[in-house]
Amino acid sequence: MKKVMALLLVTVMGLSLLSGCGDSGKGKNGRVVVYNWGEYIDPETLEMFEDEYGIEVVYDEYETNELMYPKVSAGATKYDVICPSDYMVQKMISEDLLREINFENVPNAKKNIGAQYWEQSEQFDPGNKYSVPYCWGTVGILYNTKMVNDTVDSWDILWNTNYAGQILMQDSVRDLFMVGLKRDGYSANTLNPAELEQVRDELIAQKPLVQAYVIDAVRDKMIGNEAAIGVIYSGEAIYTQRENPDLEYVIPKEGTNIWIDNWVIPKNSENPENAELFINFMCRPDIALMNFDYITYSTPNDAARELIEDEDIKNSEIAFPDLSKYQGLETFDYLGQEGDELYAGYYKEVKSAN
Amino acid sequence: MLKNSKRLMLGLPYYFWSIAFVIIPLFMVVYYGVTNRSGSLTIENITAIAVPEHFKALLLAVRLSVISTIICFLLAYPLAMILAKYGKGKSSVLVMLFILPMWMNFLLRTMAWQTLLENNGVINSALSFIGLPKLNIINTPGAIIFGMVYNFLPFMVLPLYNSLSKIDPNVINAARDLGANSVQTFIKVTLPLSVPGIMSGITMVFVPALTTFVISDLLGGAKVLLIGNVIEQEFSQTNNWHLGSGLSLILMFFIIISMIISAIFDKDGEGSVI
Amino acid sequence: MINKVSRRIYLALIAIFMYAPIITLIVLSFNKSKSRAKWGGFTLKWYAGLFENETIMAALRNTLLIATLSAVIATVIGTAACIAINAMKKKGRTLWMGVTNIPMLNAEIVTGISLMLIFIVLGIKFGFMTILIAHITFNIPYVILSVMPRMKTLNPSTFEAALDLGASHSYAFFKVVLPDIFPGVVSGFLMAFTMSIDDFVITHFTKGAGVDTLSTKIYSEVRKGIKPEMYALSAIIFVTILILLILVNKTPKKDVAK
Repeated sequence: MKKVMALLLVTVMGLSLLSGCGDSGKGKNGRVVVYNWGEYIDPETLEMFEDEYGIEVVYDEYETNELMYPKVSAGATKYDVICPSDYMVQKMISEDLLREINFENVPNAKKNIGAQYWEQSEQFDPGNKYSVPYCWGTVGILYNTKMVNDTVDSWDILWNTNYAGQILMQDSVRDLFMVGLKRDGYSANTLNPAELEQVRDELIAQKPLVQAYVIDAVRDKMIGNEAAIGVIYSGEAIYTQRENPDLEYVIPKEGTNIWIDNWVIPKNSENPENAELFINFMCRPDIALMNFDYITYSTPNDAARELIEDEDIKNSEIAFPDLSKYQGLETFDYLGQEGDELYAGYYKEVKSAN
Repeated sequence: MLKNSKRLMLGLPYYFWSIAFVIIPLFMVVYYGVTNRSGSLTIENITAIAVPEHFKALLLAVRLSVISTIICFLLAYPLAMILAKYGKGKSSVLVMLFILPMWMNFLLRTMAWQTLLENNGVINSALSFIGLPKLNIINTPGAIIFGMVYNFLPFMVLPLYNSLSKIDPNVINAARDLGANSVQTFIKVTLPLSVPGIMSGITMVFVPALTTFVISDLLGGAKVLLIGNVIEQEFSQTNNWHLGSGLSLILMFFIIISMIISAIFDKDGEGSVI
Repeated sequence: MINKVSRRIYLALIAIFMYAPIITLIVLSFNKSKSRAKWGGFTLKWYAGLFENETIMAALRNTLLIATLSAVIATVIGTAACIAINAMKKKGRTLWMGVTNIPMLNAEIVTGISLMLIFIVLGIKFGFMTILIAHITFNIPYVILSVMPRMKTLNPSTFEAALDLGASHSYAFFKVVLPDIFPGVVSGFLMAFTMSIDDFVITHFTKGAGVDTLSTKIYSEVRKGIKPEMYALSAIIFVTILILLILVNKTPKKDVAK
């Protein structure tokens, strides 16, 4: 047993030596602490920023808005730039957690980002004072053309008994209910218990048809032909098609959720000027293009889109749908604590039903 | 041994550590559990366990973790006996072999199980290749039990192995000499002597299994709601720390009660974990 | 004879069960496709990419340091605590064993958030230290639960005999008590190490910006898909330890390990 311990220590030492770190003097002009979604940026752009401005980027990642929020609101770590989604921006504004951005220091934002996205942002950030759009997309249906014979243009397909055990639903409260609400022609931001109860009952009725409630596994399960139909974010669709050409992405005719992830600066930021420099840098067309290529989520940066060389992607209906063609597109609102609890209650009923 | 007071002093770092990082945080959980958002006292968060969904989630979690604990025990006991029979040097390497897989990241391992168990996964492809029927286990409660057994088995094996390897072979031989057959020896000698290890093993499997939510999400297809899912959701999605804390208190209370009961059954107090 | 064969078969079956996903991970590390659900051909590019990836290497270093340090410290504190708890009267023993179990009873997210709040109150800067403290906290119960059964079956008269023969207290402890409880100490250490390596939720809430462990790296990649470099890294770690383990087993035994 002593040997086992010795072995372990030797392994640790060896591996730590292997992974020795090198800190260079890149932070001569201070630093900027960035908190972003995992794998949501091209790491090369961070190095370019460091080289150009001599500001050290301390980069940190989160998995969901909800895991990010308590850390920021409790002030555990003082971040300078965060990238929350629409409804979370609204929530953070309402709780006075964000700082107004001085747009004179961020000229690239208003110059390069399309007017329609600023308009969309008004819904959660009235006056566009706190946030700069970074990525956006829709939620739609991904289906396998070899396994689905019916036309897919409506959320109804998810209730079609022909596909029992072949359907993947989203496993987050709002995304799950959005599907049902939109299918019935209601707002995805409704607080009307009668509408929510109707959707709850329909989701319970649908449950036997559902193979699994998943968040990120839609991608791999669809690529592996494990399921025929799944609810998915548009940013994932391009990647899944590359891996499995039988897959097709559709925005249902009843409408769907359109979401925007945005750069914001929290109130307790210690380096707000560096944060503005960082956001401005991210809005530069060449940088936005690098990030788009890397993460495949749609960029709101019109100037960057112009730089895309591949015409198929530049005009892709998935990456850049013509929004005027669709009805019922809605961005999530922050519903307040009571609204969240109302949804959570119905969600639990769906999940606990047999 | 050492004078009692000296031995009690050895616990000082632990007392300090527990007070700072266990007891005080526990009081915070209690505080959140018995107050509401406006800060006034309430028992709402505690009685919320009676809400049908919550109660059902608790019962289901208990059922699944009891089953997994029993399976872990049945698998681990023979394994630990076999390991204990090997010589000291050899068995420690063998024991390591059963822990080593656990050092690979949990999420990666569980996703690997998905790849293996899925309807079009590796195992089913192999089965259909040799003409056998498919195994439909993924996204069922069976898969949750499977995942729990896989993840918690080493925590049953280690304490059992420790107790069993400590049993003096002379005691077993003596029992044999006195005319006990192997079954009698096992029931009258081996099993009672390994009770402390059994109790530790059961605690280390049952308790984490009861509060888990990741396994049910990844292997169970998130089609059932366990009490761990509810608490996790209240903290991370709904951001209702009060309800989450209240339900956590219930869960703790529940586990402590079951430990007291097991301590009563364990007459000499030898193996009690509480 | 039959008994020996059936024992071997049993060991082999359990080993297959434990190792099936690990083998899957190793196979996936050579998969050209980024998706775990599709075989896209053989490649070594993830291995090449791995060593150029500074952030993964830094995360690996943090993971190993935190796991080792937290397991060592928890083992020392926990073993000492076992001696103390064992010397207590029944009431005190019941109380402290109850306290020991608390970090295990709480759902991880409850422990994580409550530790985060404590660190804020205490004004400890979030970073490596806070993760270490948190890991020691949830590791101690595993050590105590492993050492305690051994400690209980300890025969106090051997220790007293050593004292009677003129040994000092500490000498008697290290020569008589420790060897007897050592297997429990080692398995406590191993469990603590294992728990620490795997933890995500508590680490998430107690870490500072830019300090990552492999777990937090892997979980943050979930939304965009796990990078295959992580499979490659797992394969390397696994094979390294396995080879070392075999080497250790083959070397002639000089000190008879207890």
